[in-house]
Parts: sequence; structure tokens; C-alpha cells
Amino acid sequence: MKYKLSLLQAIQDETRNISLMEVCGTHTMAIARSGIRELLPSNIKLLSGPGCPVCVTSQGDIDGVLELVRKQDIILITFGDMMRVPGTGSSLEEERSRGADIRIGYSPRDALRAAQENPGKEVVFLGIGFETTTPAIGAAIEEAREDGIPNFSVFSLHKIVPPALEALFADAEIKIDGLICPGHVGAVIGLGPFEKLASQYGKPCVITGFETLDILEGIFMLLQQIQKAEARGENQYKRIVRDQGNPVAMGLINQVFETVPARWRGLGVIPASGLKLRPEYARFDARRKFDIPEMEEIPIKGCACGAVLTGKIIPTECALFGRSCTPLQPVGPCMVSHEGSCAAYYRYMPLERKK
Amino acid sequence: MCLAVPGKIIAVKERQIATVDVNGNQTEISIRLTPEAKQGEYVLIHAGFAIEIVDEDAARETMRYLLEIMQYEDEKQ
Repeated sequence: MKYKLSLLQAIQDETRNISLMEVCGTHTMAIARSGIRELLPSNIKLLSGPGCPVCVTSQGDIDGVLELVRKQDIILITFGDMMRVPGTGSSLEEERSRGADIRIGYSPRDALRAAQENPGKEVVFLGIGFETTTPAIGAAIEEAREDGIPNFSVFSLHKIVPPALEALFADAEIKIDGLICPGHVGAVIGLGPFEKLASQYGKPCVITGFETLDILEGIFMLLQQIQKAEARGENQYKRIVRDQGNPVAMGLINQVFETVPARWRGLGVIPASGLKLRPEYARFDARRKFDIPEMEEIPIKGCACGAVLTGKIIPTECALFGRSCTPLQPVGPCMVSHEGSCAAYYRYMPLERKK
Repeated sequence: MCLAVPGKIIAVKERQIATVDVNGNQTEISIRLTPEAKQGEYVLIHAGFAIEIVDEDAARETMRYLLEIMQYEDEKQ
């Protein structure tokens, strides 16, 4: 407790205007829940970046998934967060109510099992997530190849984090002085990519854990670097993250996937930021198997999720926030996903401010 | 989405499948991404796969934190 207070005190002593950004949905939730934002002086801003994989998925990609589940004899297995994300005129939840077979799973191995139990059907796993999640999906695809499971495939919406961070740093409209880097992405990719980003763009990057103490320590380490005009990659979350990451997990990503340009909500198309199954694994690629075309990008009217995801505005500055867009009636994905910035702001906002 | 849960490996079975104990509940995971993980060791689990071997203190600390969150969220309901 004493250490926590001394960290907080040191952070509160900072007088310069500093904007720090986290880029992980788990951090978004942890920060909102902890109340850290309210304890910081007004000159230190904590922004939420494009850290929620559901939120950064483009409208066209969601529409592509909706196109898939309307086909015959498909079982789609997805993480629960995707169910209510609005596509153009529909969502997975709505498609399910119209009869599509859509099931929530916690692991791609659930989909492998479903494929074996339903030989007459095509089982598709909706692959979404950053480097923390992608190795698991890659491993399941490799397992399907070894076992020769013919009716299993993955609809890959996977993305990698460092190119998006580069896009943020390169955008002159976005002012970020330091990055609170995602702990469990770090556990896979290691410190190297963050060191590279820090030196390339002159911004400190600190891999940070998820407890209140971790986050305070991460912020403190960033401020120390800023004070000394340094820009290094550092690892606050040493009890979990090895500096070299997990080479086996990285190896599986590279074995199964190749990078392609991908569209991110709010950031546009970023080169080499998406992951597509390599040609050797083409028969497990749902997009190829069921011939799902790239869909047109139709924006959601009035929704400012794009600006929220890049830290250009905070959720409460969106005209829809808390009025026509709430967790019960969400308009944009940042309010749908429970770890979206808007949902986190809304959930932990004092009751009297909820309209 | 990138939340990960610690568990203790109870037994390693065929094809890199392991039985783990997560806060008193037993479940099966794959240790394909941490092939050197052994019985008695602690791993961090995400989407049905161990993604990292961690020491016992880190595992206990992480579990304590996750339980704290769950309790807080329950009270908030």
C-alpha cells in the first residue's frame, strides 16, 4: 500500500502536459475499474487506443462474416464478444434468431471437437484477436491439418499490434508521449518490437501488467523516461513476460499465417497488419473455402468509434454516448464489446452522470 | 479479450494435452505453445492453450487479482 501511494504521489507531482495511451482492452477495463484516471492530475491524460480486437474490426469484415453464416450447413463458433457487433442491417445475434447455427466457444479446440461431432456440416471458427490469441488459432489449424479434419476452417480477422502502433505514432493529429503496452501480447512477441518502436518514433513504450499497482508502475516508468528525454522499450510485467516472448507461439503464427494489408476501424488500411492463412493452409481458410468476397465499407451513421479508437476523442465526447448508444442499445462496437472504451467508460461512470 | 488465467498442470497426457487445475476446477488445455511445461508447473492459459510457463508466486498473484475483479463485478451487478 505504501509503495502504491508513493508511486501515485510521484505521478501526481508531474506538472507537464502528458498524454499516455494504452492499447489493450484488458487495460481499458482495468484502468476504468481502478479509478486511476480520476486520481491523476488533469495534465496527465490516459487515452485508450485500438486495443480491442472486436472494436477495430472493420464494418466490411463483419459483413463478410454475416454473409458466411447465411450459407447452408455452416456452424460458426465465435468468442461471445462478437455476437452483438452490428454489421450492415444485422448482427450474428440477429442471424442466429433467424436460424443460423452460431455457437459461443472459449477455444478454437471447441470448434475442432464440433467438426468431429458434425461430419455433415462445415464448422467455421471466427478467428479474431491479436498476438495473444492468434497462436492458439494457429495451433488448432495445425492440429486440424495433422488429423485431416476436412470440415474445419477459420475465418481470420486476426491482426498484429505493432503496425497499428506505428500508424498511431505517424498520425500528426494524435498526440501520444508514451505507450502503456499490452502485457499478454508482450508475453508472445516479447520486448523487441516495442524497443524498435520506441527508438524509431522517440516514444517510451512500457509493457505493463493489469493490476492497479502494475499500471501505476507502468505510468511511473513512462514518466521517468519522459523526464530524462529517453525513449526505450521497458518491461514492467517481468513476472509474466520474458524479454524474448514466446518463440514457439511466434513460430506457429508465422508457420500458419502471412501478413496482408488490413482495414482497422478508425485507422484505415494498414500495410502488413492483418493475418491470412498461408497457401499451404488454404483449405482451412473459410474466406477462400466459401468464396466470401471483400465487402464494401459502410460506416455506421453518427458513430464516432473511429475517433475514440485513435484517442482523438474520449467516449463521452461522442454525441451518441449515453444517449442513443448505451450497453443495452449499442450503436458502435466500442459500446458493444464489454472491453470497448465506451462500454468501460459507461460501466464505471458515476450513476448521476448516466442520462 | 487478452485476459489469461493461471492454472497448475495436474497431468500431461498424449498429444500435448494437459489436465490443469484452475482455482479448484479441472479442465483440459493444450500445451502445444509451451511444449516444455511439466506436471506440477503453472501456466498462463488463454483460449484453451497455455501461452506461458509462470512461477507459482506469479500464478497465485494473478489468480488473486482475477478473483478480486470477479467479486467486484458481482457486487456491481
